[in-house]
Amino acid sequence: MLRIRLIEEAIAERYSEQKMRCPTHLSIGQEACAVGISAKLLPKDKVFSSHRAHAHYLAKGGNLNRLIAELYGKGSGCTGGRGGSMHLTDLDAGFVASTAIVANSIPVAAGQALHQQLRGETQLTVSYFGEGATEEGAFYETANFAVVKQLPLLLVCENNRYSVYSSLACRQPKNRSIKALAEAIGIYSLEGNGNDVREVAARASQAVSHIRAGNGPAFIELHTYRHREHCGPHFDDDLGYRPKEERESWFKRDPLQTVEDILSAIPHWKKAKASMIEKIEKEIGEAFDAAINAPFPDSDNNEVYVYAE
Amino acid sequence: MQNKTTTFAKQICAAQASAMRADKQMICMGLGIDDPKAIFGTTAGLSEDFGSKRVFDTPTAENAMTGVGIGAAQAGTRVLMTHQRVDFFLLAMDQLVNNAAKWHYMFNGQLKVPLTIRLIVGRGWGQGPTHAQNLQSWFAHVPGLKVVVPSKTDAVGQQLYQAIMDDNPTVFIEHRWLHNQHGDVSQIRRYTDRSEPVRVHATGEDLTLVANSYMVLEAIQAAEFLTKLGIRCDVIETTELNVSCWKPVFDAVNKTGRVLVCDSAHQHFSVGGELVASCAEQCFSALKAAPMRLGLPMHPEPTSFGLTSHFYNTASDIVRQVGVMLGRELPLPAKRDTPHDVPGQWFQGPF
Repeated sequence: MLRIRLIEEAIAERYSEQKMRCPTHLSIGQEACAVGISAKLLPKDKVFSSHRAHAHYLAKGGNLNRLIAELYGKGSGCTGGRGGSMHLTDLDAGFVASTAIVANSIPVAAGQALHQQLRGETQLTVSYFGEGATEEGAFYETANFAVVKQLPLLLVCENNRYSVYSSLACRQPKNRSIKALAEAIGIYSLEGNGNDVREVAARASQAVSHIRAGNGPAFIELHTYRHREHCGPHFDDDLGYRPKEERESWFKRDPLQTVEDILSAIPHWKKAKASMIEKIEKEIGEAFDAAINAPFPDSDNNEVYVYAE
Repeated sequence: MQNKTTTFAKQICAAQASAMRADKQMICMGLGIDDPKAIFGTTAGLSEDFGSKRVFDTPTAENAMTGVGIGAAQAGTRVLMTHQRVDFFLLAMDQLVNNAAKWHYMFNGQLKVPLTIRLIVGRGWGQGPTHAQNLQSWFAHVPGLKVVVPSKTDAVGQQLYQAIMDDNPTVFIEHRWLHNQHGDVSQIRRYTDRSEPVRVHATGEDLTLVANSYMVLEAIQAAEFLTKLGIRCDVIETTELNVSCWKPVFDAVNKTGRVLVCDSAHQHFSVGGELVASCAEQCFSALKAAPMRLGLPMHPEPTSFGLTSHFYNTASDIVRQVGVMLGRELPLPAKRDTPHDVPGQWFQGPF
């Protein structure tokens, strides 16, 4: 979590230099969701995500150098500059794809799970999405099919309460739970505090056991909050679309602070943390240096890979 | 061999079976593919022969199911999906355009999507505004998609087999009126032979007719009639909607100097438009007359029998237009004895 936070903060710090020229949705504030879920996954399990995917990619083991290079549009990026921040992949790590269109990768994840089921494989597939995606037809269609086929699919809904600037109040009926909605479709459904990594891991453990036992798909709603603007490096609370009290209450429950409160009781924690930070910052510095110094891909190859040979 | 003839629908069915035998992991899915009507007979027996794990009915969820097809395909399972009408498939345009078409490119060649989508275009017998749209030009506009529009029973099996075995997302657009088109078994091409993206059905010196889908049959009839009048036409079928494959069209137009495109879709912003533009670019100095196109009028197909008699172009309309291009008044083919809204006596409504 600390590593993801420091990476995202480094991106935020340098984003305004205008060298990372692609829309970027930072995961700051929502790290515990990705880390808690990934803690219960195996390397062979597959992951799909949406526009806000950095944490999911990194938590699954996605390559840092290739992520940063991708943000800089370089040939060494994870899609060679084709996709940018919203279209990540690291097949070696089992992070298949993130896509930009809301709810658009959910059915594709179900297709991956169908493939796994047809081949008799024991692995499962995770689909991360925001609560806005539960307003899209693709979510219901996929959930329905996953139950019909009893697919090894874990749907993870990170409910950060806002679709860009639009609050839940104008998008979903008051007091209707998304978890209950998923349950009504017939999915084994759980809910938890997405800012508490231990709770996320506990829910993930329940869900993953359910799926690996061959009982079909599972759904987890994780309540969380993004710290920065929807897209970009800044805090945007001057815009006033999020109530001050709400914001303050969530910031107090920063997922890193929640962990820190526990770990700080451990002897030598400060020293251990400082050493971790030093190591991570070195890694980040190297990733940025490599990305900045890497060449742009050759635009003469822009027509390559339109079609597979 | 007792039965020496086959049909377009039977060839489609046989091509799927052949592909499923060649690729033991391949799956077929679609709403109603294993029901008693078996998609106009085009999927008959597949589920019995290959089992319900590989051939299965789906929820009524075009968009997500297309995503499921993409997900399975990129994971390594070859997928064929079937829709009874193009019109319903429009719900899946996000998955088709944003995912299927782009993943190989967007993920820099690391992923590929061996997915084929069969779409059927309805016509006549009251199909009306939402059951009779050939939106081929929409698909052809998107880089990364292949679009195949079959017309003839002798090659449709080969064309479908090749589409399925292609590692790219392919939209395969069948015209409902072609399903009962009979063909001689001895003329059927082997599925494994590479099909030509452009097929030449007749050659002539006076004018080049270019057609696709059901209009190929009308163009062939028109050319046969024109031959009797001493007017010799090329009849060229553009099976693949891909300009880079159309050299035989340009060669023909450079020879005749006259081209009439017989499109099976709305005339404006169409494949016909692309063909005329491409001919203008490639054959400008050879042209003896302005390139022309015959397509559907720019209004939806109405439902009523009383409203549709002039909606579609027939061989007669083609002959009339050829006369205009040659500056001659030509006699027209005799009126058909079947009602205008069916392809033949075999066709019984409703679909």
